[in-house]
Amino acid sequence: MTDVQPDVPDSPAPAPAPAAKPSWRASLAEVDTRLFGMITALVVIWIAFNVLSGGDFLTSRNLWNLSVQSTSIAIMATGMVLIIVSRNIDLSVGSLLGFLGYSMALVQTDGVIAFFNVKIDLGSIGDSSWIWVIALLVGISLGALVGLVQGFIIAYGGVPAFIVTLGGFLVWRGMIFRTGDKQGQTLAPLNKTFRLFGGGPDGSLGEWKSWLFGAIGCVLIVIALWLARRRRQRYDLRVRPLWMDIAFGVVGCAVVLVGVGLVANRYISPITGDPTGIAYPVMILIIATLVMNYLARQRRFGRYVYAYGGNPEAAELGGINTRRTVMLTFVLMGVLVGISAAIQTARLNAAVTNLGVQNELDVIAAAVIGGTSFAGGVGTIAGAVLGAVIMQSLRSGMVLLNIDSPSQDIVVGVVLVTAVSIDSTLRLGRKRVALAALVTGLIIAAFVIQTGRA
Amino acid sequence: MTDTTTTYNPTPQPEGVPLVELRDIRVSFGGVHAVDGVTIDLFPGEVVALVGGNGAGKSTLIHTLAGAHPADDGQIFINGKPVTIKNSRDARALGVEAIYQKLALADNLDAAGNVFLGRELRSRFGSLDDSAMLSATQKLMARLNPRFKNLRTAVSSLSGGQRQSVAIARAVHFNAKILIMDEPTAALGPAETAEVRDLVMQLKSEGIGIFLISHDIHDVFDLADRISVMLQGKLVGTVNKADVTKEEVLAMIIMGKHPGEVTTDDVQALR
Repeated sequence: MTDVQPDVPDSPAPAPAPAAKPSWRASLAEVDTRLFGMITALVVIWIAFNVLSGGDFLTSRNLWNLSVQSTSIAIMATGMVLIIVSRNIDLSVGSLLGFLGYSMALVQTDGVIAFFNVKIDLGSIGDSSWIWVIALLVGISLGALVGLVQGFIIAYGGVPAFIVTLGGFLVWRGMIFRTGDKQGQTLAPLNKTFRLFGGGPDGSLGEWKSWLFGAIGCVLIVIALWLARRRRQRYDLRVRPLWMDIAFGVVGCAVVLVGVGLVANRYISPITGDPTGIAYPVMILIIATLVMNYLARQRRFGRYVYAYGGNPEAAELGGINTRRTVMLTFVLMGVLVGISAAIQTARLNAAVTNLGVQNELDVIAAAVIGGTSFAGGVGTIAGAVLGAVIMQSLRSGMVLLNIDSPSQDIVVGVVLVTAVSIDSTLRLGRKRVALAALVTGLIIAAFVIQTGRA
Repeated sequence: MTDTTTTYNPTPQPEGVPLVELRDIRVSFGGVHAVDGVTIDLFPGEVVALVGGNGAGKSTLIHTLAGAHPADDGQIFINGKPVTIKNSRDARALGVEAIYQKLALADNLDAAGNVFLGRELRSRFGSLDDSAMLSATQKLMARLNPRFKNLRTAVSSLSGGQRQSVAIARAVHFNAKILIMDEPTAALGPAETAEVRDLVMQLKSEGIGIFLISHDIHDVFDLADRISVMLQGKLVGTVNKADVTKEEVLAMIIMGKHPGEVTTDDVQALR
């Protein structure tokens, strides 16, 4: 078939057939450099704070708390990535989180499912110890429903997402005061089992279950690597050198086991005196990340989200139901907000009216620090989770250094702008400008941290 | 301008049943006849160029075949059988694929992602089968454009010719019998134009019929077997490339005159 040769004199001859020999250079080029850069940044931040705080940062206690504090924002950030990738935005997540948390708490404290003054009394079920299941279902399905309505207006009504979710931002915060007849009173205490979602000494897996969880994680990593390798071999595609796959497996397992052994199980609960293990919210975050990553990369839905973000017209001409795809990103976001609302209310053991205030900005910032582009089509789930962890690391490190909250905001803001500047200048290949941005950002952040120490 | 469009018809027809025949197609927007009773045809392994100035109606005509805009009147025959094309899905089902001027590619996806966009291969559990799609794309490219190897990078970083290859591979993989190429070499450099030319020749040799819409008279003379000229919604005529000069075709495009009627003065004026 290759006998039709170009008769253009300058054109080079066709290259020989691709060598099946694995090349580590080519394989290395396929590793996500942006994600690698973020991991490096995180490690640098951790080491810097550890030095500045005199060794207080890299302790099992601090890292365990850090992991729990990151979960709520990180879970929502995995959904925000898909929304921003498809060229939209969701400003309503903070208010929605407050509203969903309040609705879930009302199920537990009063045994009613309420919307405005319409109440469904659960009667004797309200006193059952299984009420937490109903509360969770109410929160998640209400979140999905709100996402469906907002997504429908955006996708089918053609109203800009910024406007629709700005409306949602106002509506859902206001709805907290109109849910049931509580007028925004604090609702507490919550169901005992429900509170486990918040983590804490009881809300953790404990020692041996954490090891089991880690071991399962290890086995899954190895299986995933092996399946990917076998699949590529079946289609005669170039595979990574075997040692590289083994190295990935070893590093992946090491990270999991170090996390379990040196952080989760090393942190001795101040109440029980036993190793706490992995907190439930962290476990939920890990599962949510894996599921969202699967949806984004392995399912048609995810492929369509990215295709639409890259070129809406092409997606349309390709026969993709783009409206449904966009609407579904908002439904997913609503579900994730429901999960985060459960974690936050459970952690507080109460629902308060200002729950989730400004969370929309933290979630968007986490996604953007994690490499999501507002131009659409670019962003990863893992990046967003890392972005959330980076933000929480900055805050938690500054708390250790006794830096006041306003100064923390300044530093996080500077880091946000610096991270995006570096990313966008590097994409244009302007390495010196990126370096200048990095240095400037570091100097400003260092100045604020140094002068903000109480 | 003389009204000889119906009387002059020297078009030497290839033998057999045409792959496509658009017969007496009419499309009007409001009161304007964008396409006014045009008949053209296309045979397997043939390239028919559709030329004309801006607003001549060539895009509108071809949109009726691609399913982008239905005809108000007239008939479409594929392999001699009358068909109805209401949308692009109908067209695709009949083996008609269109490659538009603004390439319909998702820039952030790789070649395989674009070739299979909207028609992804999936494994048993409904997951995307990226390995299978990549493998199929490699085979397609080995046939269409053997020099194109970096199939795993986002298409935004590819050359214009390579991007065109992806768009064509997308059409070819799903067994297009009839390909519509709208300005395929617009905004391409000389080397890339040559690449697209090779692609067209390759597709021709596989028996695919191609409608080529182009402004570029050099492209047309390089690629086409026959040339259909439109002016103000009407067909001026269809000529064999071998029988005419570029000046004669230009006279058809601009003046609506047929090769026999062009005077030396006209040729002089065109120069």
